[in-house]
Amino acid sequence: MERKKKTGFARYINLVNLGVFVVVTSVSLPIYWLVISSLKQPVAIGASPPQYIPSPFSFANYQQAFSQYGFSQYFINSMIVTVAATILVLGLGSLAGYGLARLPMRGKTTIMLTLLVISLFPGIAVIPPLYLMMRTIGWLNSYQALIVPYTAFNLPFAIWILRNYFLGLPKEMEETGRIDGASPLRIYWSIILPQALPGLFTAGVFTFTACWTEFLMALTLNNSNSFRTIPVGIALFGTPFNIPYGTIFAASVVAVVPIGILVFVFRKSVVSGLTSGAVKG
Amino acid sequence: MATINLENIKKIYPNGYEAVHDISLSIAEGEFMVLVGPSGCGKTTLLRMVAGLEDISHGSLKIGEKVVNEVSPKDRDIAMVFQNYALYPHMTVAENIGFALKLKKLPKEEIGNKVRAAAELLGLTEWLDRKPRELSGGQRQRVAMGRAIVREPSVLLMDEPLSNLDAKLRVKMRSEVLKIQRQLGVATMYVTHDQTEAMTMGDRVAVLNSGNLLQCDTPQNLYDYPIDQFVASFIGSPAINLYQAELTQGAKGLILAGELIDLPDSVLVSHPILESYASKQITVGIRPEDLSLADELETNAVGAVVEIVEALGSELIVHFTIKANSITVEGAIEEAETIMESKGAGVARIEPRAIVKAGDNVRLKPNSTAFHFFDSVTGIAIY
Repeated sequence: MERKKKTGFARYINLVNLGVFVVVTSVSLPIYWLVISSLKQPVAIGASPPQYIPSPFSFANYQQAFSQYGFSQYFINSMIVTVAATILVLGLGSLAGYGLARLPMRGKTTIMLTLLVISLFPGIAVIPPLYLMMRTIGWLNSYQALIVPYTAFNLPFAIWILRNYFLGLPKEMEETGRIDGASPLRIYWSIILPQALPGLFTAGVFTFTACWTEFLMALTLNNSNSFRTIPVGIALFGTPFNIPYGTIFAASVVAVVPIGILVFVFRKSVVSGLTSGAVKG
Repeated sequence: MATINLENIKKIYPNGYEAVHDISLSIAEGEFMVLVGPSGCGKTTLLRMVAGLEDISHGSLKIGEKVVNEVSPKDRDIAMVFQNYALYPHMTVAENIGFALKLKKLPKEEIGNKVRAAAELLGLTEWLDRKPRELSGGQRQRVAMGRAIVREPSVLLMDEPLSNLDAKLRVKMRSEVLKIQRQLGVATMYVTHDQTEAMTMGDRVAVLNSGNLLQCDTPQNLYDYPIDQFVASFIGSPAINLYQAELTQGAKGLILAGELIDLPDSVLVSHPILESYASKQITVGIRPEDLSLADELETNAVGAVVEIVEALGSELIVHFTIKANSITVEGAIEEAETIMESKGAGVARIEPRAIVKAGDNVRLKPNSTAFHFFDSVTGIAIY
């Protein structure tokens, strides 16, 4: 029996596409709700029946977030902490990853496994000792109070990604470099890193996202308003008498923008960075 | 310019595996030395030890007058070309070629001049601003060569540099590589598994098998006077035919496939030790070109059944079987080359217009002055 060839829209209807549709919808609905709620007038947020499209559009929530709640300071703080930690993670992680991938060294497996175990450790368990340490050295309420732990907690994953990426690069290139007279650091800088950019982007995007959204340490270690980061800042918008939902939504939208841009710009590299080594070329 | 001297070189890995056994070899100034052998024979390991990319477990390596066992690769004054070229993908052709000079901190102008000179020699001038991925296989290969020669090394090492090219280009590049080597007059070690490449390129060829250096000589000497069955089988294409045979009393004749083939006195003169094998089993080697078609009644010939005929225009390659035990040497012949594995299989190279077809019963007459003889137990050649 000959099956009828589906034409027009019908040929896109199959199980796979339906599955994709369900997943994409369930992921994007909350984001949709976040965005449109941030654009509603404060009174319209709890309206019944709900407004699916804000009317009228209002930027009052955004204005309020920046003028009344000091959101710009949080944004700057988050940027400083996140960018610094990401740069440190990539610098240290790529050096460590290169070493673990290529240099002759004992106990590589042990080191890699230790890193894996550390990265699986629940963050909340280290908060009390970390707090005490920071208090002792006087780092509470400072940028480095977050930069250093963020770097430490994101390094293991970055090292894993970068090491695997380095392992996928042909060894002969480094050997040629050695014969050409390049030192290990020079080989790392001039030959390896330029080729490892997709791996660096992947590790960078993951680290950036993790630091940008981190809440627990930011809440505990920096309780002064001038060092507060976005997640903590937004959480503290509310008072016992008033929860300004609209402002919270607006601030959240702004907070998502940098990550969105980052992922959009580097999406190709991120995917290739994650799959490198999966297929031997 | 320098010589390379290997004395009792061994490579023993930490797990105890000995990849290279006690190899001594010297390469003269300007000499093109080819290391050839089946995969896993240790030829690449040997080359990498000369390059300094592998430690030498035992023995001494001299480049020029200096022992360089402990010298780092960059201070050995060598250049190496890898099989996969190992070009830096993020650099242009010019940057690739000039990288070593840049590391030496030569002035920019001098680097530019040297890179241009190398590019001109290799016909790469118009590609200098391209990235490696925009080049064809042959051009990439040339860039790899350029990177090696621009430093004017005293030793040039090449690890299967042509094996990623297609057959036609490979033949062309063979002569180009050779031409450049001659112009530079630099001592060269060239690793390949392809015996044709070895024969056509090498001033001398070193044949390796399972970590041992079997024989090192000029291509013609390797072909005419192989030291054992392995070398005899490895060198030459199609490969030599090896059969079990028996010498007659006084070594005046050979019984092959039940037929007597007279051995002229000249054979005994050139192979004096053969006499001690009289009335014994030996292995006889007959090169495909030393067989010709004979008339039905002719003596000193053996009966054969034609299995496959390959017409090449200039000659016929006839695959046949005779009633004798053929001997194949493990690893010496590439699998793709052995068309038939049946007992008594052999190959003859005969004149192109002979009329033979598969299934024919023919008589083949060997040129008895061109026989090779081997001890049937050890496989060592008898001269």
